[in-house]
Amino acid sequence: MDFNDTPAEATFRQEVRAWLEANAKPKSATGFSAENPRFQRNEADSLKIAKAWQAKKAEKRYARITWPKENGGLGGTPMQQVVYSQEEAKFDVPSGFFEIGLGMCIPTVTHYASKEVAARYVKPALYGEEIWCQLFSEPSAGSDVAGLRTRAEKDGDDWIVNGQKVWTSGAHYSDFGILLTRTDPTAQKHKGLTMFYLSMKSPGVEVKPIKQMSGGANFNEVYFTNVRIPDSQRLGEVGAGWGVALTTLMHERLAVGGGAGGSGPDIKELIALARETELEDGPAIRNSAVRERIAEWYVRGQGLKYTTYRTLTALSQGKVPGPEASIAKVVVAPKMQDLSSFAMDLEDMGGVMVGEDSPQMGAFQQSYMWAPGLRIAGGTDEILKNIIAERVLGLPADIRVDKDIPFNKLPTGR
Amino acid sequence: MNFDFSDDQKMLKDQARKFLTEKCPTKAVRKILESDEPYDKALWKQIGEMGWLGTAIPEEYGGLGLGHLELCVIAEELGRAIAPVPFSSTVYLATEAIMLAGSEAQKKKYLPKLAAGELIGTFALAEGAQPPSPKTVKASFKSGKLDGIKSPVPDGDVADFAVVLVRSGEGQGERALSLAIVDLKAAGVTRRTVKTVDPSRSQAEITFKGAAAEALGAQGEGWDLTRRILDRAAILMAFEQVGGADTCLAMAKDYALNRYAFGRQIGSFQAIKHKLADMYVLNELARSNAYFGAWALSTNAPDLPEAAAGARISATDAFHNAAQENIQTHGGMGFTWELDCHLFYRRSKTLSLALGASRVWKDRLINHLEKKNVA
Repeated sequence: MDFNDTPAEATFRQEVRAWLEANAKPKSATGFSAENPRFQRNEADSLKIAKAWQAKKAEKRYARITWPKENGGLGGTPMQQVVYSQEEAKFDVPSGFFEIGLGMCIPTVTHYASKEVAARYVKPALYGEEIWCQLFSEPSAGSDVAGLRTRAEKDGDDWIVNGQKVWTSGAHYSDFGILLTRTDPTAQKHKGLTMFYLSMKSPGVEVKPIKQMSGGANFNEVYFTNVRIPDSQRLGEVGAGWGVALTTLMHERLAVGGGAGGSGPDIKELIALARETELEDGPAIRNSAVRERIAEWYVRGQGLKYTTYRTLTALSQGKVPGPEASIAKVVVAPKMQDLSSFAMDLEDMGGVMVGEDSPQMGAFQQSYMWAPGLRIAGGTDEILKNIIAERVLGLPADIRVDKDIPFNKLPTGR
Repeated sequence: MNFDFSDDQKMLKDQARKFLTEKCPTKAVRKILESDEPYDKALWKQIGEMGWLGTAIPEEYGGLGLGHLELCVIAEELGRAIAPVPFSSTVYLATEAIMLAGSEAQKKKYLPKLAAGELIGTFALAEGAQPPSPKTVKASFKSGKLDGIKSPVPDGDVADFAVVLVRSGEGQGERALSLAIVDLKAAGVTRRTVKTVDPSRSQAEITFKGAAAEALGAQGEGWDLTRRILDRAAILMAFEQVGGADTCLAMAKDYALNRYAFGRQIGSFQAIKHKLADMYVLNELARSNAYFGAWALSTNAPDLPEAAAGARISATDAFHNAAQENIQTHGGMGFTWELDCHLFYRRSKTLSLALGASRVWKDRLINHLEKKNVA
């Protein structure tokens, strides 16, 4: 057992680090304070910075390390992607805008579209010139994505789309999207779906930001009113959209090296808070109830970190990682919620205050308001536990009452 | 990055699992539980013959000279089988104590016999139903004589010798404590088997009245040594706990697949699926924390105390949860004497208390984090 790179990994790490040092600034130690630039930028500025950085990375072929060279990747291994991500994380560089497009949409397009079509879209996406979004979830189709109702009806060589998508990350700055529609409501629900890609600038597409309970607006509602999509923009066969969507989601899971959304304040910040908070019996860090809770979260966080090491070991040895990697989000999200709530409890009556009036710029309050979303986005805790139970432990799927019924005969609630 | 056991270590683990599947089915555990036999003597003999007891003992002292990673994989399998043998007291505690603090003469005297399975050892810490500490330890060691009562002592009724935490100086500070080694068959020692929640592992009250003993390690270092011994034992025991937790998950899963209610497998209900998924998550976190402990133990890393506390807390949490929810998954059948669920429920609680409760380890973990100045 050791935590060392293999010689090849070490060489690659050196190359990556040298390039990053020449092209980016190391992360500053400002943390959760007003000096941290992340508290100051607006989205338009962030996007501009992100696009410039993406182009630089693409030029060096670091934008997608595991992609083949003909698609603009480095033709590297998953472990090289991890090494790059680890090194990049030490630098103050933008992230987030291109993950959905490069991680999910473009792989789906290259898988199902012709070479010529794929060639048109891959490079601009890689260089950050075009951003993609994924149009799957709907008001009536959240965890049950296959229950979606957005209709696509054939009209000559085109399809006419009407309906509504929801929780679409980044739709407001996206240029293209992949769109899952219902083309046959009389078929069983998984069998009447068809996938397309389209320009988000198409007439009849309307994007409305959703104001979240946390105050921000990272997601959107997207309305489709008689949107015309040529049949040539169909991905996969008519009625085979569910299989295409599964390919997309599989690519999502293959995207290793990414965190599980744990960018909020954690143990370090909590210990700092416990040190500076005076309770009725002394500093909070000396209170045994406080110490126990911190220890519990610390152990969970470390357990997850070492679980990642197990995954990386498998990757480093060219093996397929075990199923243990699937536990990350069900650990991180509830922990974030509990830990931030507890931190606010420590601040007692003052815990209600946010922003500059609050310790650490209100990082715990922000985390507390964001955590419910993290427990839902990208698979709710409940769906993820179903996945662990069914795919890892081999327990049977739930009995499906909607299995052999045409979609348009299924009962609907409100 | 190589955060995994080697192929040789995995092979050793497979061999251990095969051996214990054959020699230590739950029937064998139940036999100890239901009889007055303190441990499975035939199994213990075979374990000795295979050299497991000397896994981490250097060759110059008659051991296999392998290392602690090898001991970890064996521990996991012993835990998976909840083997009713005095392995943890003898190997994780007594042997580790002597390797850590013993003089050359003591090492020569004890280690070869421990490796050969000729001696059972233990560590006598507790004095009743409260955590042992520099304030509470009463057993005394003066002029080579040991007096006092230690209870419960794991395998105290069958051990040949014990390492004992004793008061050797004045005051209530740490420096007032020392370690002593005492022959439990000598004059001045009386023992009584105590009843516990887990009769598949024997424990005893030991009364010392002027029993001849010798110091282990320097005077006044008893508390520091105790913590270091417990750190090492905690990592090894975490592997036992992880093994036990995995058995509980396997039992619960098997039952959930084969038990039908309301016309379907109970494993198709989300209430059961989520319970088992939670079990899986805690077990995997515990395994990963134990792996880090194994690394720290095998390299004697400066982070060893922190790694030990992490492994201990996580493994205790996982085994306790898995043992408890395994019974719940089995419903009424899980509450019968006939089914094996209670064997694991008993063992999980015994292991979670054996080296001190989680509460104490959590406090120690935060001490280490404060020292490291994580904040």
